[in-house]
This record gives sequence, structure tokens and C-alpha cells, in this order.
Amino acid sequence: MRNSALITIEDLLKSYPMGKGEFIALRDINLQFEKGEFAGLIGPSGSGKTTMLNIIGSLDKPTQGDATVLDKRISRLSHKEAAALRNHHMGFIFQTYNLLPVYTVYENVKLPLLLLKHLSQKEMDGMVKDALEWVGLTDKIDSKPAQLSGGECQRVAVARAMVKRPKLVLADEPTANLDAKNAHNILQMMERLNDELETTFIFATHDEKVIKYLRRQISLEDGRVVADDIVQA
Amino acid sequence: MLTLQLAWKNTIGAGIRTWLNVIVLSVAFVTIIGMQGLYTGMLDRARDAMIRMELGDGQFWHPEYDPYDPFALSESHSAIPANLRDAVATGDAIPVLITQGSIFPEGRIKPILLKGIPPEQTILEIPTQSMVSDSDDDIPALIGSNMAENSGLSVGDYITVRWRDVNGTYDAADVRIAHIMETIVQSVDNGQIWLPLDRLHAMTGMENQATLIVSGEGARNITSAGNWIFRDIGFLTKEIDEIQEMSDSSLSIMYFFLLGMGLLAVFDTQVLSLWRRRKEMGTMMALGMTRGMLIRLFTLEGAMHAILAILAGAVYGIPLLTWFANTGFTMPEYVEDYGMALGRTMYPTYGLQLVIGTVILVFITVTIVSYLPTRKIAKLEPTDALRGKFS
Repeated sequence: MRNSALITIEDLLKSYPMGKGEFIALRDINLQFEKGEFAGLIGPSGSGKTTMLNIIGSLDKPTQGDATVLDKRISRLSHKEAAALRNHHMGFIFQTYNLLPVYTVYENVKLPLLLLKHLSQKEMDGMVKDALEWVGLTDKIDSKPAQLSGGECQRVAVARAMVKRPKLVLADEPTANLDAKNAHNILQMMERLNDELETTFIFATHDEKVIKYLRRQISLEDGRVVADDIVQA
Repeated sequence: MLTLQLAWKNTIGAGIRTWLNVIVLSVAFVTIIGMQGLYTGMLDRARDAMIRMELGDGQFWHPEYDPYDPFALSESHSAIPANLRDAVATGDAIPVLITQGSIFPEGRIKPILLKGIPPEQTILEIPTQSMVSDSDDDIPALIGSNMAENSGLSVGDYITVRWRDVNGTYDAADVRIAHIMETIVQSVDNGQIWLPLDRLHAMTGMENQATLIVSGEGARNITSAGNWIFRDIGFLTKEIDEIQEMSDSSLSIMYFFLLGMGLLAVFDTQVLSLWRRRKEMGTMMALGMTRGMLIRLFTLEGAMHAILAILAGAVYGIPLLTWFANTGFTMPEYVEDYGMALGRTMYPTYGLQLVIGTVILVFITVTIVSYLPTRKIAKLEPTDALRGKFS
């Protein structure tokens, strides 16, 4: 195991009880991700992409083996420690945006900073402004999610994921609800943020539009890694 | 502070759902204060009127006297105890002689109590001065307005009164209605005729005797008088306290239903909220919120309903209840027959204890009701929440 690895997954197995037996969602997973990667877990529905993303994101725990994320062993984290890890170092982007409907764009983006608890109002304002500038939404600062298009909502979600400048952003089917133009815009924006901020992006997707942008493609089938390809630019 | 900020935002953001709950809760809140205030005011007024018109600073009772046993009245009189005579002479205590009698309004017999009291007394706020008369043949009497109405008597009317003297012999005389007093204290009104004490002494042959002595401010230091029993205000108003206790429990049932409606609305909102906002909870968890923070957030959102209801209740409740306290609440006529010093118009009294107590009650019950459904979050897995499921 290399010391520079941001994420190390070793002999990971994840199973769920199903009736009297169990369903194995992931098995024999051994992977490493470096800082600044723009990687994707690709495969059909049910291949285990989201499960793996959830384990990396400390939202779920492995049944066997382990994932070490930013030097934290996921299987050993308590609920509170996992929350703290996500709070400080991770950003999430979801297929359905998951913006909070009663909050404005500004408040949605600010929420992860409020949870950090150590930032002054001025610092937070500056960081939210930066994040909204990255995604080109400074003119929508007071809008509610219901007043935005799907593409704009996903840009807000990206801003919310990026606002605290996390080391790792996990995006689960981020373009599934977007048209081609919006999908490309969002991906170009993420690619730029990856270049500028060296944030590691890991996608779970089966969308060709996303796959084209990935610099590393990890293919999953029936819970197993069947290919791990570096794509030359 | 963060939880408070978020809870406030979510509560206000929920719009009409929040305001419906707030309206129901605030109506319950204002109604409880209004009703309890009305009731407290009624009893306070009754207690105050009884003290001013009947009880004074306490009473010394003849050892045989029992206000609930009219047959004991023939035995419950004797000479005024020695250590009270000075107070009686200086007007610091009033002797009252009570005996049974009958009147015959509209040709039917009506049992009454004849009560003798010195007309010049100033301790009780009964207009006894109206019974002062220079004529030996005239027996002036004072009655209450209820007694006058029930017996068809007016000022200046003469009515035949029959009684038994000290030897048990029936005697009768015509008394003149000198004054009809307006009072809410039925125990000095209904079925009673007040006479000058010296006249009743003469009529009954019970010279210098009394059934009870009403103690005034100047006789406060006297707390024993031979075998006569001192009854303090606490004892004498026990009946009101008992009524209050009894009614408190029946009012509690009404409060329970009133508050119950509000609480049900909050509970319903909380349950629906948890169900509708599962993904939101998952997102919050993904952003780094712990389950404990989520439980606090949702509980606080519920408790916000109570805070808003209290504020909304204050906005319309303060002017409404103040108006109510000033104009009073006029009762139908039949309540005067209840026997209690109710009065035709009742004025609510809102004590600080009542208002603060109700605020605390509403806040605590709403918070508990808000917390109960959120316990489900304690078992919530982030991945399930993000998928819109409960574990």
C-alpha cells in the first residue's frame, strides 16, 4: 500500500441479508485512489457502484475487509466519527440533487460550512460566493430550488459539495436527470475544479456522457471489479 | 445555535402546515388561560365577597353550631364568652344570633333563618344601618335581592314571621322590609332575614346570647374564647377551595381535549414530516450531521410550533383577554340559584402563575410530542434515508 493513497480498499465484501440468505453486493474489491483523481465506477444497475461509493463515503460499512479513507478505517468508525469525516473532508453530489427545498441557493451552499462550526460569518460568505462563482450561479443566490432548472439545481449541488474545498467528492449518477448540454456543462465544471483545486472526484455512473470525461474507469459487474483502466488524454 | 437556526428556517419554510398547527395550538393556549382566568376570577370574587359580607377576619362558633344542621340551631346559642365581650363592646367583633323561623309568602310556608346582628356594626359590608329604627313597635328587616325575588317582597312590605322562643313556644310578628341588599353572597341572602340583634334577643328571649361572633381587624389577637371554636378564614372558605379542586380536575379534562387537538396536529405534522423528509435527513447525514443533531433539529422544529403559538396567542390573546377581564362575562340568571357567590357578571383574573404555567405546559407537552416520532431517527441508516426508506 502506497502512503500517498487517499483511499485504499482491501478485500472488501459487502452483503445484505435477503430472506433466509444474503445478497452479495460487492466482493473481492481491492482498489486505491490517489489525490486528484477523476475516476468513475461504471457498470449496469445492481453492479455495486452506489454501494461502493457509500462505503467510501462512510455512509455504509463493509461486511468484510475494509476501506481506508483519509487514514480512517471505515469499518472502525463510530456513527459520529463517520459524520465528522464526511463533514470535514467529503462532498456529495446526488442524482436527484437533494437540495433542501425551503433554503435558498445561498443557504443550501452554506449548510456544510455551518456544520463545520468553526468558521466566521465573513469566512462563510466568502466561501459561498467563491463556490457560486465556480458554478456560475451568483445571480441565483436568493432563489429557492423550486425556481431553478434541473441543470441549475445540479450546479448548486456541485457548489454545495465543493464549498468547503473537500479532499474528496463522491458523485452518484450526477447527470442522470440532466439533458446532454447541461450534463456536459456540469462535467466540464467538475473537471475544471478537479484541475484547479486537486479535489479527488469519484463517480458512480453508467452514463456514457460521464464516462467520456473519466480519466480512470473502474468497471464493476455483479459486485466485482472486472476492469480498471487509465484513460489517456 | 445552528440547530436553532435550521429549525427556525424549516418551520417557517413549511408554510401553511406550520401556521395551521400554530393556530390550533394558540387557540387551545388562549382558551385555557381564558377559562382558567374566568374560573379563578369567579372564585376569587366569591371568596372576597364572602370575607367582606359574611366571614370578617374569622368567626368564633358556639360549640354546638353546625351550619349544615338546622336542628342544632336551637341548642347552639349562649352568652358571649367573657374574653370577647370587650371586643364586641368596642365594635371589633360582631355577635350574630341565628334561629329558625318561617314566613308565609303567597299563602305558603317557607322556612327561613332569622339572623340578628347589631345594626351599627361596621365589620361586615352588609347595609345593617338600614335597620336602625326609633320605634319600639317597628321591626325593621334586611333581606337580599334573591330572597326578595323568591318571596315576592319589596321595600316597605310587611311580612309575618314565626319563630320559637327560648322555651320552644311559637311566637309571631310582622316585620317591615327596610332594605333589600344586592349581594352575590347567597349565604347572606337566600332564605334569610336579618334583624337588629336586640330585637331578635327580645323576640326569642335569648338576651345577650349569640350563635357566632364575627371577628374584625381589632380582634385578630383573640384566637380562643372558652369552649367556643375559632374558625379561621382558611376553614371558612374551605368549601370554595374544595369546589376549586373539584372543578380543577373537571377543567383539566377539557384542557386535555383542547391541548390534545393541538398536540395531535403537531404529532401528525412530525410523523408526516419524518416520512416526507427522509431524503432530506439522508442528505443532512451525508453533509455530516449526526443522528443526535437530526433528532434535536426535528424536536426543535416541533417545539417551534409551541413558541409560535405562544407568540401568536399573545398577539390576539392579550387584547382579547384584557377586554374580557374589563367587561366581564354575564351569566344567565339561573346561576344565582347555585348557592355560591357567583355574581351575575364574572370577571376573569389572570395571574402570572397561570400564564407562565400554561406557557410551560404548552411548551413541554409540544416538545415531548415532537420528540416521540423523532426517536425513529436513532435507528436511521444514512443509505436508507437517501433512498427514502426507514430502517
